[in-house]
Amino acid sequence: MNKCCHTHDHGQTHELIIEHLDVFYRDNQVLEDICLHAQCGSSLALVGPNGAGKSTLLKTIAGLVKQKEGRITWSGEDNLQARGGEFAYLPQHEEVNWDFPITVRGVVEMGRYTQLGPWKKFTTQDDLAVERALALMEMDGELANRQISELSGGQKQRAFIARAVAQEAHVLLLDEPFTGLDRDHTANLTRLLRKLAKENRLVIASHHDVNTLADIFDHVLLLNQRVIACGTCESTLSDDNLNLTFQNMANV
Amino acid sequence: MSELIEMLDMPFFRRALVTAALIGFTNGFVSGFVLLRRSSLTLSALSHTMLPGIVIVVLISGALTQAGAFVGALLASLFVGLGSIAITRNTRLPQSTALAIFFTTAFALGVVLLPYAHTSQDLEEWLFGSILSVSDADLKVFFAIACFTLLSATLFMRPLLLTLFEPNVAAVQGVGIRAMNYLLYALMIFALMASFQAVGPILSIGLLVVPGAIVSLFTNHTRWLFWGGGAVGCLGAVLAVVISAPLNIATGPSIVLVLGVLFIAAYFCSPNYSPFKKSPIQEKSSN
Repeated sequence: MNKCCHTHDHGQTHELIIEHLDVFYRDNQVLEDICLHAQCGSSLALVGPNGAGKSTLLKTIAGLVKQKEGRITWSGEDNLQARGGEFAYLPQHEEVNWDFPITVRGVVEMGRYTQLGPWKKFTTQDDLAVERALALMEMDGELANRQISELSGGQKQRAFIARAVAQEAHVLLLDEPFTGLDRDHTANLTRLLRKLAKENRLVIASHHDVNTLADIFDHVLLLNQRVIACGTCESTLSDDNLNLTFQNMANV
Repeated sequence: MSELIEMLDMPFFRRALVTAALIGFTNGFVSGFVLLRRSSLTLSALSHTMLPGIVIVVLISGALTQAGAFVGALLASLFVGLGSIAITRNTRLPQSTALAIFFTTAFALGVVLLPYAHTSQDLEEWLFGSILSVSDADLKVFFAIACFTLLSATLFMRPLLLTLFEPNVAAVQGVGIRAMNYLLYALMIFALMASFQAVGPILSIGLLVVPGAIVSLFTNHTRWLFWGGGAVGCLGAVLAVVISAPLNIATGPSIVLVLGVLFIAAYFCSPNYSPFKKSPIQEKSSN
């Protein structure tokens, strides 16, 4: 078992490299010696039991949580500021203020901030990106003008994914993107994530359903504070590896 | 009516009107941020904390000046703000609890110390403001605060809204959320400073909460909260001065009273939330 995870080598220049990452919440170690090499054009699922550190790993890559040890570089650059626009992040539901007076379209338009900065005006190109993202998540038409407080859980999720898509980011960090989606929209998001990877983006998402993993992602990282196993879905998802990943928690 | 025209001839009354317009607008504008940030309680804490801060500065320096009041208010707010954050980090108490402990204690200290601060104002003026005794120098400060609020809020509206909506997503997009949070705090403290003299520390929360809340009953457009809030705050405050001065009612409380009555009226007239109308959510579920 290789401790350092490598996704396919496409010969691309954009590469996310994580080396010996240690993350603590106060005195509790949440992540230990995480290594990961991921290149754009692939999709990687983070799989592990509750409390395994999936969300924390996503937040650390996003720059929201500081590591104690280790390095994260993107295209050879470890400056957070330089990554700013190239990363998009999907938070978990409970972290969002759903009472905010804003429409679905308004949420998706926020995704264009990366390109526009504080002052530039919306161009037709920005409008197109917003429309495209809304259509991709089937949130266009009447739904686009709804207040977010009036949406169902799955619709909220789709609105936020649309925001991440509108950002046209190179790296998408998605925390449980399939939560709350019905069957049709699960299939739709599956297609979208595959498409994004094909368009040379890097998709990294936490995911809880082991059965659907291989349909959606090409790579998987089994996580339980440490990297248990990592690689392509076929080579990694063995019963032994899964048992190793999920059994640890039972002993705690 | 004739009394009102007579009063318009008096400089102190004209100053009071301009003050009401300026601080009404500033507070109303910032009230949009207060609403979106859900920080009404934090504000109560900040405003109550300003009293001991200012009193202690007066005790030390022996005089009440705008600059002194500002420094005192700022230091006291910082002390309570950071203190409550420290308590929250190191205990399991929620920050609202820590804040409530700190600000009531600070306010109590202020009231205890107040008799020892020998100024021309008495306790009641300290607690409930004295908009009719505003000086020209005060007016300039209010004007500067209004300009700063408008300018910075307009310049940074987009990053401010992104930060308020979902700070983590905003940060990943490259928004300097720490800077934006400081700016929000600065806007709130400045707005409180402005209304401190007009309505006093306790009632100033009303000026800084009610206008945005009124507007939110009528619109779903985020930006209208600010401009609409500014307009409501400005009109409400001016109306209160015009009504109260000729009738010889306390002006500071009148401002908050007018806003409170407006809010209740707005609630009953609101197209979305009025108890007399079906709410859109009820309609949706009955379909």
